Amino acid sequence: MSAYVLQQLINGLVLGSMYALVAVGFSMIYSIVRLINFAHGDVAMIGAFSTFLVFAAAGLPLWVIVPATLAVGAAVAAIIEFLVFRPQRQAPQVNGFITSLGVSILIQNVGILLLSAQPRSVRLPGLLRTNHDFFGARVTTLDILIVAATLISLLVLTLFVKRTRLGIAMRATSENVSAAQLMGIPVNRVITAAFAVGGALAGLAGLMWGGRYGQIDPLMGFVPGLKAFVAAVIGGVGSLAGAALGGYLLGMAEIMIVGMLPSEYGSYRDAFVFGLLILVLLVMPNGLLGKPAEERA
Amino acid sequence: MPDALLKVESINVWRGASQVLNDVSLSVGQGEIVALLGGNGAGKTSTLSTISGLLRPKSGSITFAGESGPVSLTSLRPENIVKLGIAHCPEGRQVFGGLSVMENLRMGAYLRHDDQIGADVEHYFELFPILRERADLKAGQLSGGEQMMLALTRALMSRPRLLMLDEPSLGLAPQVIDQIFDRIEEIRAQGTTVFLVEQNAAMALEVADRAYVIENGKITISGNASELAEDPSVREAYLGIETTQATGAEIPPMETSS
Amino acid sequence: MTGGTGMMDRLRHNPAALGIGLLLIGAALIAGAEAWLTPFERTVIGFAGINIILAVSLSFSNGLTGLFSLGHPAFMMLGGYTAAILTFPAMRKSTMLPGLPEFIATSELSLLPATLAGGVVAAVAALIAGFPVLRLRGHYLAVATLGLIVIVQVLINNMDSITRGAIGLAGLPRLSNLWWIYGWVAVTLFVTWQLKHASLGRALMSIRENELASASIGVRRARLKLFAFVLGAFFAGVAGALWAHLVTNLTPNSFGIVTAFMIVVMVVLGGSGSLIGAALAAIALSVISEAARPIERAIDAYGLVQIVTATLLIAVLLFRPQGLFGSGEPVTRRMTTPGKPPSKTSHEHRGGFPNETS
Repeated sequence: MSAYVLQQLINGLVLGSMYALVAVGFSMIYSIVRLINFAHGDVAMIGAFSTFLVFAAAGLPLWVIVPATLAVGAAVAAIIEFLVFRPQRQAPQVNGFITSLGVSILIQNVGILLLSAQPRSVRLPGLLRTNHDFFGARVTTLDILIVAATLISLLVLTLFVKRTRLGIAMRATSENVSAAQLMGIPVNRVITAAFAVGGALAGLAGLMWGGRYGQIDPLMGFVPGLKAFVAAVIGGVGSLAGAALGGYLLGMAEIMIVGMLPSEYGSYRDAFVFGLLILVLLVMPNGLLGKPAEERA
Repeated sequence: MPDALLKVESINVWRGASQVLNDVSLSVGQGEIVALLGGNGAGKTSTLSTISGLLRPKSGSITFAGESGPVSLTSLRPENIVKLGIAHCPEGRQVFGGLSVMENLRMGAYLRHDDQIGADVEHYFELFPILRERADLKAGQLSGGEQMMLALTRALMSRPRLLMLDEPSLGLAPQVIDQIFDRIEEIRAQGTTVFLVEQNAAMALEVADRAYVIENGKITISGNASELAEDPSVREAYLGIETTQATGAEIPPMETSS
Repeated sequence: MTGGTGMMDRLRHNPAALGIGLLLIGAALIAGAEAWLTPFERTVIGFAGINIILAVSLSFSNGLTGLFSLGHPAFMMLGGYTAAILTFPAMRKSTMLPGLPEFIATSELSLLPATLAGGVVAAVAALIAGFPVLRLRGHYLAVATLGLIVIVQVLINNMDSITRGAIGLAGLPRLSNLWWIYGWVAVTLFVTWQLKHASLGRALMSIRENELASASIGVRRARLKLFAFVLGAFFAGVAGALWAHLVTNLTPNSFGIVTAFMIVVMVVLGGSGSLIGAALAAIALSVISEAARPIERAIDAYGLVQIVTATLLIAVLLFRPQGLFGSGEPVTRRMTTPGKPPSKTSHEHRGGFPNETS
């Protein structure tokens, strides 16, 4: 394998990791409240800004920045849930969806108002940009950390959902809300917890995105958020493993489009992503690992 | 009648624009088995859902004799009602199909923090040995009868003082129904009060002490189970066609999991 | 109120007279506006008209069928670019847009045929995209149609030789005026109103009420959905064409997700399914956003319009989810119970809590 192909694979793996983190949270929220949360990507943006403008600017070390960013993402998502989604729990699905679009636009524009739309250059502290040679491909410490942290997060999340009382309660609630209530499961708290976990993962992805691409702006979350949705759909909405898989596949596919095809096709990258979405929805509407959808609304 | 454990007084309940319960009053005494009989859409499930807090009454009161005095249930959230000692085993079993049998039981004990949970699971595995065999299977893979046993056990895992069962016989083979109703009598013998909702009136009246009949959201008849079993109108409406009902159109195909 | 009701009643029984009356009033207002208002004010009114076309046509397809498409900006872009290329001065076409086929490169159309062509191109695109996309359920459809925006943007960006790519088309002839715009407003309202109140409208409504039931009644729902989608796209294309010739320039970023959002807000504020509601909301939002623009510039607070709009949207969804007008038309609703809010329609399509037993 040529070093060039290897380099592309690594780039795809890194991008896919970030998509996977966002997609998993997205899928988690969807499976429990059947909400397509457009604002999910914007939580990643807020995570990125708090990382670089607050925590890194305050000179904190990375081992403090990461948990702090996780906490910010969790808090933001939980607050959004509490303020706007919870009061609409009984409303038609489409209302929640439009609301989330409104929340997304609101967050982005408040961001523009307070922070300006100009992208700003940022960097993570430490020696994260050190290059390593990996069979001829160039890998930074940050790349390795992104992939490792994603895999660890996914592993922890899997254990959480499979083994803990709260995690099992989340699965029970996503399957049947009223039966869960009859077990004494406080579904509102469980739903808030799902948003918080998803938000924490999104915050982490924002940190990674900013660190990897070196710049952040208030609109940075929207398109990756949409793509995470595409990833979740490819994997099968509601399946966490599917969302992670979809994230990696999408990241790889995107990088391959840019890196492997003649350069004039590179700018078709986003069109390709959404074309792929439509194709997947038509050919296998339940995605790779999803269960058949039971409800039609 | 023994002291009332649960007292429902004149509740009116609406779902959207339609009234599903109209001035319903009933009571369940400590240690009794009380049956609520009625056809499809008569308001049986709505009654249970209102008691367990899934629906809210527009007016009326629901009082439960809690460990430390009477408690009004009408403004409590479902989880707090479970905490008081009321378990509701819902219609159509509604086990969590994607969770294992063991996980379902853990969810039944969600609010408990004592160290007896394992012992209770062990106890119910003795009662329903099939559940032990299936402990690690997904509940969705169980047969209808097995799911009913799981749903019953799951409800008991909260160690309720009042167990509410919504149509436990629905869609089950006759010998499985017999087995379930035997268990219901055992449960009562061990001190748990049972409020049983059934379309299968013959079966219900056999185990119940007292019974109510609900039609169009209203309680129309109430009395001792033995009296109701003799009541001509009950015989005609609920027992006369009971044989066709038990094997006929109202019962979904056997052993389909929901 | 009684006198007004009586007149409304009489007019309702004579829709032709009502229509002609409204047209005359409208014509008088436009003549007045063209004569006395400043260009800025006329532009604001023009934007309001374009937004009415967009909101009403989206309300028609989204609101009436319950299909949530966010694809309007994609169709605006197609209509806008098509019309702009057709009206572009032939002299400049040969140098700036070398990729055009001969017969387009040498011709130079006036606004009406160009607008119609824009609408038709958008409608054809909707027809092609609609076949696969409309098979998707509610929220998937919404995201897929957002994807349509991205796809169209990318295509226009990359077809430099006929669109000038990211640079966009500048210096378009300013052909749109209030007569053209409000003429199209009248056409849009007339067509959608007729369809809504004809049996087709009722069939579309039944799709929204219950997909499965109406399928069994035999409504050809796939075709109806497609028809509603294509018609909506046609008017979006027209609106894009009018916009391009009002603003006089067009880039791939002229219409995007924010545009989709603004149109959705108009539909939601107006009450889904209410055409007049959507039109009123379109007017209100256009005026608010144009009025806020100088403020944004003065205090350097870009994004203010979106913040206000988004907040308004969330507030309406939280506190008045049936919209400001509900799904009935404010004109036709009986006036006898003025204080009574429109009944909630939220009992259908409840999401998230599928197992509330009955």
